[in-house]
Amino acid sequence: MDISLLVSVLTITLRAGTSLVYATVGEIYTERSGILNLGVEGMMMMGALAAFAVAYHTGSLALALLVALLVGGLLAAVHAFLSVSLRANQVVSGLTLTLFGTGMASFLGQRLGPGGTYLVGLVGPSLKRIPIPILSELPLVGPSLFNQDILTYGLYIFVPLAGWYLYKTRPGLYLRAVGENPQTADAMGIHVAAFRYLYTILGGMLAGLGGAHLSLSYTKGWAENITGGRGWIAVALVIFAMWDPLRAVVGAILFGGINAVQFRMQAAGTTIPSALLNMLPYIATILVLVVITWWETLRKRIGAPAALGLPYAREEKG
Amino acid sequence: MRVVIEKREAISRSARLLVPIISFVFALIFGAILLLASGVNPLVTYAAMARGALGGRHALGETLVKAIPLMFTGLGVSLAFRMLFWNIGAEGQLAMGGLAATGVALFLAGRLPSWSVLPAVIVAGMVAGAVWGAIPALLRAYLKVNETITTLMMNYIAILWISHLYHGPWRDPGGYGFPGTAQFPPEAWLPRLFDRVHLGILLAVVAAAILWFVIQRTKWGFEIRVTGENPQAARYAGIDIARNIVLVMLLSGALCGLAGACEVSGVMRRLQQGLTVGYGYTAIIVAWMGQLNPLGVLLVAFLLAVILVGGDQIQLAMGLPAAMAFVLQGALLFPMLGGALFTEYRLRIVRTGARVTAVTTSSAVEEAE
Repeated sequence: MDISLLVSVLTITLRAGTSLVYATVGEIYTERSGILNLGVEGMMMMGALAAFAVAYHTGSLALALLVALLVGGLLAAVHAFLSVSLRANQVVSGLTLTLFGTGMASFLGQRLGPGGTYLVGLVGPSLKRIPIPILSELPLVGPSLFNQDILTYGLYIFVPLAGWYLYKTRPGLYLRAVGENPQTADAMGIHVAAFRYLYTILGGMLAGLGGAHLSLSYTKGWAENITGGRGWIAVALVIFAMWDPLRAVVGAILFGGINAVQFRMQAAGTTIPSALLNMLPYIATILVLVVITWWETLRKRIGAPAALGLPYAREEKG
Repeated sequence: MRVVIEKREAISRSARLLVPIISFVFALIFGAILLLASGVNPLVTYAAMARGALGGRHALGETLVKAIPLMFTGLGVSLAFRMLFWNIGAEGQLAMGGLAATGVALFLAGRLPSWSVLPAVIVAGMVAGAVWGAIPALLRAYLKVNETITTLMMNYIAILWISHLYHGPWRDPGGYGFPGTAQFPPEAWLPRLFDRVHLGILLAVVAAAILWFVIQRTKWGFEIRVTGENPQAARYAGIDIARNIVLVMLLSGALCGLAGACEVSGVMRRLQQGLTVGYGYTAIIVAWMGQLNPLGVLLVAFLLAVILVGGDQIQLAMGLPAAMAFVLQGALLFPMLGGALFTEYRLRIVRTGARVTAVTTSSAVEEAE
């Protein structure tokens, strides 16, 4: 196989997978605390919009990333308030967040351009790819692993850190306890509600950051429906990953790879209808979900936190 | 002082009525802030939305036209939600309904006796929606595959599929390159009552009545309600949950497919862009705000159609994004969800230190009762 083609597929795989890793790991942390947030798509959408709007008007990419984190966290805080404090139905609350975020981003995308006009199609600052000296010159892996933007590099530290925190630290242990058995966690003196708020908001911030990677790097600019279901794929990847941040990377690379193949085939002018190529990620999500659910059921493993989606209320009367 | 949340013995009726009204006011206030922030007078905007959706026969007609698919999909989604099956695939089921109805109208109409064309179009739409809905149902019922994701992914697949058809193989050769199929033959048209309001409105009312009867008055409906309220109890009672999931989704998908069939044969009279404009997602809000009650669904569908048509109007008249409608919809459902706390629970303010007294009083009350 042509080396330059392989390098290009590998590079696009990583670039396409970056937003998925952030969003998936964020949702893993949220779900580990027992809160199901189906608003990932909406939070990513708003993160993408906010990041691009800020970058366009201020020229500051750092500020853009910060605002994306804040917007994602703020939206997730609404979900946390409804799910934790008001004990609302988490499925419907998350869906509402997606509908609201998508609508809001579409509205703002038509108002936040110069002079209250469209943001669509504008060119703004984007995250540059920074080749790392020497490493980026390694054959094959060099150009794809070590010539990326800062958010992709961020993954090399973020993902191991996320895994270590969850499995090897005391707060990570508490987090898992809150999601598995809030009664026991409460008896241990852990503030269940505070943990759930914290990790729901953290999950939202990471979804916002994932969205920012789309508008600042992957597609460069704002477009209606920029996420194209990536938020939902992230929710599916949580199950694929069996709530393990390290396994999330495998899933994200798989989907990034599908994107890369799609991209290369379209560029090469294939005879396969583009609609079918565009369906691939969605068909793959369903197939992967079916296979993984079947496989894990066979092994009698239930990866989901036991208290996922259930509101927790301390019993007042014995 | 401390706030104590207690479960009510019975759902509060007044809260049940008040919560939707308060939610509506909240959504309007939130929208007003957003409009003010973007330099527009919210009162003028809301007046334009109301006039555009309700002012005059034509406006009201357009609102009803949009209410019909919301009614069908809202009914379909609410039935599935009753069983805690999270069907968020109404959009795709609607698209597949439109696809199958179009297939029959374009390619089979000539081979069928003309009286049977319209029924065939409608039935084809329902069957296609049912099949599209049954796939995630089978996966969930027998393999435990998470249905929120599968139903949603199937939306993207269905939308890409129909768009491929009307851009490519099914495109009208005489359509000057316009993406869309040829117009259906007249025998495949759903009759209109006035303006563009078609027979679908009556079908929706009938469907709601049947659904109400099935849920409230039949044994199967009872099984669905029990499963939704207490899955554990349903299992102990020997209810075949897996089988019911599939049956419920066949019906839910059929209703959504019917929405699609009515859109292509009653409104557009062809398959083209504009079939999948988010009715299936708005249906989630319709179902939840209508409290999964068929009559409630009909009313909320109309209300949300007012917002949708109003959104289109402010886009046309004032150059404001029609997405305002979706922002308002989201803002409606948040307080609605939070409000459930007040229908199911009671809040009491308890003085700290008085905890013991509080407990004794409440147990005293229990004894007195």
